[in-house]
Amino acid sequence: MGAGTLVIGASQAGLQLAVSLRDAGDTAPITLVGEEPHAPYQRPPLSKAYLQGDAELGQLLLRAPEFLADNDITLLTGDRIESVELHNGGPSGSAITSGGRVLSFERLALTVGARPRRLPVPGAQLGGVAYLRTADDAAALRAMQAGAESVVVIGGGFIGLEAAAVARAQGKAVTVVEAADRLIGRAVAPVISEFYRAAHTRRGVDIRLGAQVTSLGGERGTVSEVRLGDGTKIPADLVIVGIGVEPRTELALQLGLQTAGGIVVDRHARTSNPGIVAAGDCTRQPHPVTGDGLVRLESVQNAVSQAKAAAATLMGRREANDAVPWFWSDQYDLKLQIAGLSAGHTGHVVRGDIDGESFSVLYYRDGALLAVDAVNSGADYMAVRKALTQGATIPAETAADTRLRLRELIVPRAVGA
Amino acid sequence: MPKVVFITLDGAARVVDAQVGESVMAVAVRNGVPGIIGECGGNCSCATCHVYVDDEFSACVGAAGDMEDDLLDLGVADRRDTSRLSCQIKVTEDLDGLTVHLPAEQ
Repeated sequence: MGAGTLVIGASQAGLQLAVSLRDAGDTAPITLVGEEPHAPYQRPPLSKAYLQGDAELGQLLLRAPEFLADNDITLLTGDRIESVELHNGGPSGSAITSGGRVLSFERLALTVGARPRRLPVPGAQLGGVAYLRTADDAAALRAMQAGAESVVVIGGGFIGLEAAAVARAQGKAVTVVEAADRLIGRAVAPVISEFYRAAHTRRGVDIRLGAQVTSLGGERGTVSEVRLGDGTKIPADLVIVGIGVEPRTELALQLGLQTAGGIVVDRHARTSNPGIVAAGDCTRQPHPVTGDGLVRLESVQNAVSQAKAAAATLMGRREANDAVPWFWSDQYDLKLQIAGLSAGHTGHVVRGDIDGESFSVLYYRDGALLAVDAVNSGADYMAVRKALTQGATIPAETAADTRLRLRELIVPRAVGA
Repeated sequence: MPKVVFITLDGAARVVDAQVGESVMAVAVRNGVPGIIGECGGNCSCATCHVYVDDEFSACVGAAGDMEDDLLDLGVADRRDTSRLSCQIKVTEDLDGLTVHLPAEQ
């Protein structure tokens, strides 16, 4: 038997890729290597239920260890691939781990994920400064948070706001410092940014927009304040940094693969060397719905959909990752559900009651439905997701009428259109 | 330790040990029960963990909540009275032996 497939990165995408290979009937060896000391687990709850203390890591495992063994998927944890090279251009090759293992492969998949961007200011190395990406990060943060009174969250994206919500629910004084002029700017439209600013403010969080962190001050090696560009000093005994991630491209660069803010792949998860696939947060890919441009999607849905496409490619089939993207975020009692990608919209329709915290926003570009952001409105989320999946639309003229259910407003794609 | 019984389309039964407090979806996914995907990890967002609760248990399990109801309406292929999203069913001692039937597709 040959060396089989090496999957580098043992999180959502890597595990899915391995499982999908087996589902497709692949009988060759599959080796899944991850640098974390844990079996693959769900990351989203780390900033939600786990941080709150409502879930433990054992409950978050994506598959039982016995499942992997039964399916002949070899999992190597706590070891990292340091270098990888192809034999005569690939797809076969070999990799060396930090632990000194040499792993040969016939096929290679990169599901290496991303690392949190580090705060580039003086004082960032102080104790009491936390990041949140891995289970170990979350365990450390949960322990630190137990004794903290004043929490400053740097970065008003999803991770930061979810962490802020947990800290506030635990009764801490919480300040969110965001450099841009609105929250979650990369992922949602201004109307949703403003809603979350107001919702956090209503719950007692101090939101500072347009605020530049210049340094962190400390006492005896531990953070005690966050200093802003305008001279403001915010007391803090815990600082949570959530300022985005950087895709891990080192191995791709070693292999001479094209990168552009991520490993560039096509709709079939093929890298610029078509024998090598990549999936998940580390990739930049054509827009799944329109095929235009390159987007980097950090989500469970994309990791899973793209990993399935990658597995199909390795099995010699062509299955495009063309699933409608979806995403969610839990903050307090607010469940945000997103379907589609709203970037590039030219208009939007608000449906429901923003102040009542139950509403949705539908986004359009030149009349075409692009996406929905739904807050505590699961039916609207699902209706738009269904419409987008079917290539159908919901006319903007009627979408705001809450006397009608959104699902009843779906207009199928015209025949021949 | 309560058990959950998954009945596949061809009528085969798969019996899996469960922990009290975890969801039926989590039990299925961790053990690789085919036909239950649970992509969103139990967040009531993806509608890929649809099951039909066996008649014997449907009263004990209860009905779907509002958001689940919406997802079932729109997200599953063949909704019936006994349809539930298994991420929203918590395992209890009383549900030992809970039997659910897998749908033809998610």
